[in-house]
Amino acid sequence: MHELTDIYEYLRWRKRFPTVWCAGCGIGSIMGAIIRGIKDLAIPKDDIAFVAGIGCSSRMPVYLDFNTLHTTHGRALTFATGIKLHRPNMNVLVVSGDGDALAIGGNHFIHAARRNIDITLILINNGIYGMTGGQVAPTTPLGARTHTMPYGNIDPAFDSVELALAAGASFVARSTVYAIMQTTNYIKKAIKHIGFSMVEIISQCPTQYGRLNNTANPRELLLWQKEHAVPLATAKDMSKDDLKGKIITGVFRDTRQSEYTETYRQYVKKVQAEMEE
Amino acid sequence: MPLHRTTPEGYPVLFAQGNEACVYGAIHAGCNFFAGYPITPSTEITEGMAREMPRFNGIFIQMEDEIASIGAVIGASAAGAVAMSATSGPGFSLMQENIGYAYMVQLPLVIVNVQRAGPSTGLPTKLSQGDTMQARWGTHGDYTAIVVAAATVQETYNVTIRAFQLAERFSTPVVVLLDELIGHMREKLVLKEIKRLTPVQRTFPKIPPEWYFPYKEPLDMVAHPAPVGEGFRYSMTGLIHDKSGFPTAIPSEVNHRMEILKNKIMMHCQDIWNWKEHYTEDAKYLIVAYGSAARAARGAVETLRNRRIRVGLIDLKTIWPFPYRPLPQIAEKAKTKRVFVAENNMGQLIHPVREALPQNIKVHGIRRYDGYSLDPYEIVQLVKEKIYA
Ligand code: SF4
Repeated sequence: MHELTDIYEYLRWRKRFPTVWCAGCGIGSIMGAIIRGIKDLAIPKDDIAFVAGIGCSSRMPVYLDFNTLHTTHGRALTFATGIKLHRPNMNVLVVSGDGDALAIGGNHFIHAARRNIDITLILINNGIYGMTGGQVAPTTPLGARTHTMPYGNIDPAFDSVELALAAGASFVARSTVYAIMQTTNYIKKAIKHIGFSMVEIISQCPTQYGRLNNTANPRELLLWQKEHAVPLATAKDMSKDDLKGKIITGVFRDTRQSEYTETYRQYVKKVQAEMEE
Repeated sequence: MPLHRTTPEGYPVLFAQGNEACVYGAIHAGCNFFAGYPITPSTEITEGMAREMPRFNGIFIQMEDEIASIGAVIGASAAGAVAMSATSGPGFSLMQENIGYAYMVQLPLVIVNVQRAGPSTGLPTKLSQGDTMQARWGTHGDYTAIVVAAATVQETYNVTIRAFQLAERFSTPVVVLLDELIGHMREKLVLKEIKRLTPVQRTFPKIPPEWYFPYKEPLDMVAHPAPVGEGFRYSMTGLIHDKSGFPTAIPSEVNHRMEILKNKIMMHCQDIWNWKEHYTEDAKYLIVAYGSAARAARGAVETLRNRRIRVGLIDLKTIWPFPYRPLPQIAEKAKTKRVFVAENNMGQLIHPVREALPQNIKVHGIRRYDGYSLDPYEIVQLVKEKIYA
């Protein structure tokens, strides 16, 4: 167990607090989970590059006492790729919202996964664009109301887990803010994992998503997560119809595959050996 | 590539393309990170870097698009690499948002833009200088850009090296503006820097992390944010930030940041400006040009001089910041009456020229935008027309 004060040393709390996040938002809990994960793994703060794009969740680097980069919308993974390639020994973490990683940054997401470069992507999915005031996201459920789908969403949603699996990520997991211990656990696994790892965390946005869709009460939204989460093992025996609208949680893939920066080092060795011949 | 010959001083001599010269320049400048995406007519740079980088322990990666390329370059630069990307018009357009980020967080990097005709897909294999203004004003918001150019293969090599030096010196992106003609043309190239081997080094802070402010400007106004992973943890953000790198919206701090972004370059103009003069001492008529347009103008100047017309040429090697002080000085000394701006576009460079010169000097544009190089003979005709009008 952690004491609340445990996380203080990882925060720029003297300077940067309070955060921009609304009361009841799930992002703060996830930040806590990330810190606890990193603390458990005892990774020195200097060895962590923490990169994010733009959005509510992408504000996180500003509050954390790592090497932090708050970059452009959707492009965090490209910056992270540059850092990881030049400093392969660093732990590179990317925090992204669903719009950031799956809409504007969708291309970078699949290609980072394809390369299996050792970056940990923490994808915070609240099903909406929070920072800009509640517009439809590629993860908004069908029928949900947003300011740009005021009569109910008609765009089918993305499943980021399936996307990551198909693109070649070697660690893929999903959790919820409600199951915060599980979330911490998956984040730890993802950071330890060598290769591209993605943890999707279903979060709540009471201010935008909640207000537009029945309840702005964070407690109810959290309970909704609890009621709709189905562990992977249980989901295997359930029919497609039963799984409709459910959130399948668990570790979907955890394999060791050739990692990009390692492969690049071998490639350089090969090139230089050929040069000497 | 085998090096067949050397100069008497022992420098390798090649018969090379402008794009190849750019690759040699980058390597001799100490570039150790390249991310790019293939695009005509800059592909030879990307291919050249793919060949050379692994041999010099550098990193080459072909990203999924130009946005990702510049993103990776900025990330690598943040981590301490001497980084570069190369592209052409459409790719340069895609990069713009992230280039703005690099201006804001003040990271050194080099972007080569081998210009082709636009807008849109335009003429991929034909030359243009249509990005003259985009290189200066491409990304949104106010900032000051350093843009350098070359008119020969040899200059491409030299200017690429200079671009890396400028980028590091002023901790800012530097754009090398070439064009299709220079990129694809073959000329003699002497690899002068191969022996000097003083690669560009990233600047590291000299004070302990506790005292460190990444954006606290020294007297020369150029802050060098420490590379990530060196023990100086700080916040890097594209939001307007204070000296510690944290977002701020306090008017005085915002003003300070904006002024630094401009003044850190403008107060060092003298070190950045660079141009070549031909027959300017008594130039009653002056042609201003850069890149392939300057080549054509050079031919025209020779012809006109043979006919005893007092024409001179200013061949710009630094386009931005525009040499707004030297240009009127040269014109005043030579008692210039008319200035011609030769360019392969519909008139872009002419604007700063007009702005820099006093009202009594007439400024005319010599333009071509059909994908082909300006013809020296055309320039001769146009100049004569205006003079004898
Ligand atoms: S708008 Fe939504 S996602 Fe953003 S901080 Fe508020 S509750 Fe959280």
